[in-house]
Amino acid sequence: MALDNVWVLAEAGQAGPTSLSLELLTKARTIGASVTAVTWGGGAAEHAAVLGEYGATKIYDLGDLGDPGEALPGAPVASAMAALVEGGERPDAILFPASYDGRDVAGRLSVKLDRPVITNIVGMSDDGLSTQHPLFGGSQTATARFTGEGPFLYVVRAKSFAAEPAGGGPAEVVQAAAPEAGPTAAARVVSRHVEERSGPKLDEAGVVVSGGRGLGSADSYELVEELAKLLNGAPGASRAIVDAGWVPYARQVGQTGKTVKPNLYLACGISGATQHLVGMKGSKHIVAVNKDQDAPIFSVADLGIVGDVHKVLPALIEALKSR
Amino acid sequence: MNVVVCVKQIPDPAAPSALDPVTHNLDRSGKLILDDSDSYGVEMGLQLASGVGDEVILVSMAPGGETSGLRTALAMGAARAILVSDDALSGTDSLGTAKVLAAAISRAEPDLVLTATESTDGYTGTIPAQIAELLGLPSVTFAKKIAVDGSTVRVERQTEAGFDEVECPLPAVVSVTAGVVEPRYPSFKGIMAAKSKPVDVLAVADLGIDGGQVGSAGARQEVTDVADAEVREGGEIVVDEGNGAERILAFLEELKVI
Ligand SMILES: Cc1cc2nc3c(=O)[nH]c(=O)nc-3n(C[C@H](O)[C@H](O)[C@H](O)COP(=O)(O)OP(=O)(O)OC[C@H]3O[C@@H](n4cnc5c(N)ncnc54)[C@H](O)[C@@H]3O)c2cc1C
Ligand SMILES: Nc1ncnc2c1ncn2[C@@H]1O[C@H](COP(=O)(O)O)[C@@H](O)[C@H]1O
Repeated sequence: MALDNVWVLAEAGQAGPTSLSLELLTKARTIGASVTAVTWGGGAAEHAAVLGEYGATKIYDLGDLGDPGEALPGAPVASAMAALVEGGERPDAILFPASYDGRDVAGRLSVKLDRPVITNIVGMSDDGLSTQHPLFGGSQTATARFTGEGPFLYVVRAKSFAAEPAGGGPAEVVQAAAPEAGPTAAARVVSRHVEERSGPKLDEAGVVVSGGRGLGSADSYELVEELAKLLNGAPGASRAIVDAGWVPYARQVGQTGKTVKPNLYLACGISGATQHLVGMKGSKHIVAVNKDQDAPIFSVADLGIVGDVHKVLPALIEALKSR
Repeated sequence: MNVVVCVKQIPDPAAPSALDPVTHNLDRSGKLILDDSDSYGVEMGLQLASGVGDEVILVSMAPGGETSGLRTALAMGAARAILVSDDALSGTDSLGTAKVLAAAISRAEPDLVLTATESTDGYTGTIPAQIAELLGLPSVTFAKKIAVDGSTVRVERQTEAGFDEVECPLPAVVSVTAGVVEPRYPSFKGIMAAKSKPVDVLAVADLGIDGGQVGSAGARQEVTDVADAEVREGGEIVVDEGNGAERILAFLEELKVI
């Protein structure tokens, strides 16, 4: 353990800390002697038990992010963290989730502390000093490290480490209200829109059925949804059909979407571009249906069906229904 | 309204990519093209800056005085470009890149700065927030819809669960996703006009940036190794002759998924 003090930016939603936050805490335990979680949103006291269970001994609670209207977290959270460092705190490394807000905070803090950031991390050495990155759709792996002084800022992708509780007691909550961040923190959330979803979450499902442009039209995505439901899985998508507006972004799998590692990934009418592969190649089993025998998706599939999704999927749905 | 759009010029992603075996930097010695991800920002900028006297100004950092990608964006309709190109920039890390871009952007005194959420070749995705912090501006990342209303920008920002409506005073930095607009194709007239549009080429010294902060010398991170990842073996390929669904079913049974 080369590092003393490791901080984790622990994001929390309504259901408590995100799974990625718990993955980061788990990793932080192995690279650092002591782990501190930094959190905001007003739920620190409530989350102290679970954050403690996954390894945090202390929580810096930045509270809610102001009234009227909630500030976007990037600027105020980075300001608060910078203030703690300027006030004498000495984290050797800070782990950020590769989420929308996580990347914003990391970018802002990087400038405030004048430290570079290493992003897109999918693996890390036990001493916390070198990191791994997928290149070219995961066909190669680069190893990187910082050469200057800490704190080392690391942005880590989901599913890079398994979350495991360590059985620690509740973490001590320390209030660290965000200082006035000035004009940089002027962006306000006016309203939130939640897109409906049923069934398991995409990044937690044991089965993921994804559709791509090969479906031909937005209507045909129903085949994917129905199949996902029959297999008790979650429907996913390639970016091509998210960009086309067929399905919400929350379904996108890949480099700019979710990383999934289900027991079974079923790709329907997806070519298998490197940016898609990098988000699903870690699946335990992969089945692909594509009418083009040379589609790159077949190079990672355990079972590849060269065929038309409009024939194979309805037949599969019928067969499953009649069981 | 003046809109600065950051556009990265990158090696053609369709061509096989390579890393320099010694420095592990991406080989950028060939011809570069406009990063497709930035074409959305260019289009958004053109739609927002459509009033009299409005301008879309491109900002790019690229080696070898490269302008091919800039010409594509100028052909779409941008008014002019600022290109930072300097041998001293080779090996610059993302914070250094953000410092260079921020210094170039501030010369254009924009009301709005647009970037993509992440570049196709580097995809660190932290540069938009870094630029905003360096310029002392607020930012909204992951925009899927943008409207400007007086001195306020209204953004629909992607979230895990859906989207948030965000309001932010101008000037501001906004990063856009591919869903935000449909980029136009440059017209023949646009392509011809682009040839004579001004491209201001600057060196590091012109920006008042200390050379020690950029390039390999200023980079405080390094790639120590690049290795082939474990290959995932392809499995059985079956041509569907009416039996495709059955084969999948059998496989699902084998996995005990059903
Ligand atoms: C910076 C960047 C980030 C990106 N991030 C992502 C990401 O996160 N996720 C992602 O998915 N992509 C991402 N992409 C896009 C990616 O490069 C591809 O463009 C995209 O994945 C293609 O989607 P697709 O496979 O659905 O479409 P296509 O590539 O058009 O493939 C459609 C496939 O369907 C097959 N087909 C057609 N008709 C049928 C039929 N009737 N039956 C069966 N098969 C049929 C075709 O043979 C073809 O293989 C990113 C790109 C960039 C530049
Ligand atoms: N060299 C560059 N020149 C111009 N814009 C850039 C450059 N590097 C990054 N950007 C912008 O910043 C975004 C995010 O880049 P990155 O952080 O590398 O993923 C890109 O999509 C561009 O809009």
